[in-house]
Amino acid sequence: METTIKEDKEMEIKQGNKRRMTGSEAVMQSLLHEGVNLIFGYPGGAIMPIYDALYDYQDRLHHVLVRHEQGALHAAQGYARVTGGVGVCFVTSGPGATNAITGIADAQIDSTPLVIISGQVASSLLGTDAFQETDVVGISQPITKWNYQVKRAEEIPEAIAKAFYIARSGRPGPVLIDITKDAQFAEFDFEYKPVTHVRSYVPVTATKLDKINEAASLINLAKKPLALVGQGVVLAGAEKELLNFLEKTGIPAAWTLLGLSALPSAHELNVGMLGMHGNYGPNLKTNDADLIIAIGMRFDDRVTGNVQKYAINAKVIHLEIDPAEINKIIFADVPVLGNVKESLPMLTSKVVANSHSAWLQEFRACDKIEDQKIIAKELYPSKEGMTMGEVVRRVSSVFSDDAIMVTDVGQHQMMASRYFKFKQSRSVVTSGGLGTMGFGLPAALGAQLGRPDRPVCLFVGDGGFQMTIQELGTIWQSKAPVKIILLNNNFLGMVRQWQELFFDKRYASTELINPNFQMITKGFGIDCEKVEKREDLDAAVKRMADFDGPYLLEVVVEKEGNVFPMVPNGAAVSEVRLE
Amino acid sequence: MKQEFTLSIYSENHVGLLNQITTVFTRRHINIESLTTSESAISGIHKFTVVVYTTREQVDKLALQIEKKVDVIKAFVFTEDEIIHQETALYKVPTEALLSGNQIERLVRQYGARILEVTQEYTVIEKTGHKHETQELFEKLDHYGVSQFVRSGRIAVTKLNQELLSNYLKKMEKENTLLD
Repeated sequence: METTIKEDKEMEIKQGNKRRMTGSEAVMQSLLHEGVNLIFGYPGGAIMPIYDALYDYQDRLHHVLVRHEQGALHAAQGYARVTGGVGVCFVTSGPGATNAITGIADAQIDSTPLVIISGQVASSLLGTDAFQETDVVGISQPITKWNYQVKRAEEIPEAIAKAFYIARSGRPGPVLIDITKDAQFAEFDFEYKPVTHVRSYVPVTATKLDKINEAASLINLAKKPLALVGQGVVLAGAEKELLNFLEKTGIPAAWTLLGLSALPSAHELNVGMLGMHGNYGPNLKTNDADLIIAIGMRFDDRVTGNVQKYAINAKVIHLEIDPAEINKIIFADVPVLGNVKESLPMLTSKVVANSHSAWLQEFRACDKIEDQKIIAKELYPSKEGMTMGEVVRRVSSVFSDDAIMVTDVGQHQMMASRYFKFKQSRSVVTSGGLGTMGFGLPAALGAQLGRPDRPVCLFVGDGGFQMTIQELGTIWQSKAPVKIILLNNNFLGMVRQWQELFFDKRYASTELINPNFQMITKGFGIDCEKVEKREDLDAAVKRMADFDGPYLLEVVVEKEGNVFPMVPNGAAVSEVRLE
Repeated sequence: MKQEFTLSIYSENHVGLLNQITTVFTRRHINIESLTTSESAISGIHKFTVVVYTTREQVDKLALQIEKKVDVIKAFVFTEDEIIHQETALYKVPTEALLSGNQIERLVRQYGARILEVTQEYTVIEKTGHKHETQELFEKLDHYGVSQFVRSGRIAVTKLNQELLSNYLKKMEKENTLLD
């Protein structure tokens, strides 16, 4: 009997027949039409009709019950980042929605496509300070790409279709749809039409040929060009187009934190990470370059340092999908609007084949200096305490430099980005723009559920771990085999580093007296191990990698390690400090 | 160099649009000198006229940030010499002052103002013009005791022959038909 109903439903989806149903069931049908099969969420009063409808769709819409709504958002972000799809969340009204806010803000600043469906009190109660009523549309307005409140069931299919279209097109971002409880209950004749156009919205501007020609002639004349690779390349799926462009022109390429893994680590033109804790070469050489080619990146202040002293000898070509990013921070001599998937091949066809071996050698010379002063000491320390860098590199190698790396925020995030190696794109999940502590653990869960075929390694500090530690419960319940590497220095390390360098070592509220993480992890039913000595590290990392299921490896690292190089706040990128 | 700019912003007529637009200014600590919102000539499209005092560089960035909002169709930036603009002011003065001499009547004539309503207690005068003109009349009338004074936000039309938004919408429509 049940199968017949299911088959009928599937037939209807295919044929687009109208069928009478509740608003709640329409949510399920709409999600299926958009290809959704995974939802992260948490039920509550105002979203109960939707959860009730979900009960009948469990076989096609898998729901992951998180332990806090912030976890649902970060998990959906992790899922979206590794799959390239849209992450979907269900949250209830009031506190459910406000708990989601941090994750929405994170997704907005890092351009992650999400659709968040929040329950709302009945429309008759709106504005009356009803139980669990908040103005979530008002609160989330500045941190969503678009949001909308549905008060009638009939609006649901169109609102959801529009939400998915907006979330995934152009520069992606989070979209929130708030649905009142009466709209969830009401019945109407359901019909689904995907949205392919919104009058007031231009997702991508067509690339202009004259700008391509201008850019090409600058590239052909440049003696010291440097390409800056951002997440735009990953979001556009333009990794191949990027490689073709770089390999034809021989231009060295550096990457932003979110552009990491767009270019394989071992590629000869990959010269490393930009920004505050990036590599020595790309920071120093930004001010020697005579041409900067920014590709899908937005000149974040952590990348540019002092903008008055940034790229001082260079003209700037900016390939960008979002017109509001052009000239926002750094003036673009040649702005190239459009999707880099289209604009890069256009540019590649216009540039002459070249190589910049002498210029590339300058980066390699910088690498030698950085290696001597920093990297060797970090990876092969002579002191007793373990460093974060050596742990990261061990984990990277045990997975043949081909795992998905998820991080939380802080020193370990920078160490992981510096020392983990990559062979394929969409292998990094980290909170870039917002720098959200607590992001890592739920994001790793989402990443693992999105890519069950790939190993997922989370690096997390003892501070951020405790911000969303309850999601160990979700990991246990979903059996996602996430490998958690807890780098424990009993400090809020990055803040402590700043206190050491810029606040006379006045360690105000950065030392943590931590709980027994092993007992906690075991309490959640997850296998774990703690390593305190270097000689035990290799075997422990191997045990973790071989373990079938979620695993936590706690590594006690040196208490007062610092991340270098460092571009101090307000300094020029070329004033990058090695110690 | 800071100067006065008028932004004409066209959007879909949705709840919350005003908030979406004003937060673009408030987030960047830019004071809105005047704001008028109404339906535009095109049905279903709303128009916001915003006056700000800032630099050309900043106002161009603001316009792009506003256009980035999904429900905003287009934001145009104009300098003073590119538009014809007006504001309306209402002044409430005691009728006694009007009757006790011809100074108020002279001011009304001189400033091209008009009397809207006269009651035994008060008289309401209206003047349409630029801000400095309505302000000047206020200062003159205030000698006779203005009990209430309000000024509307700016409304403006361009000095161009064609309607910018219609052109834009036509262009968009064409591109979309080509896509389909």
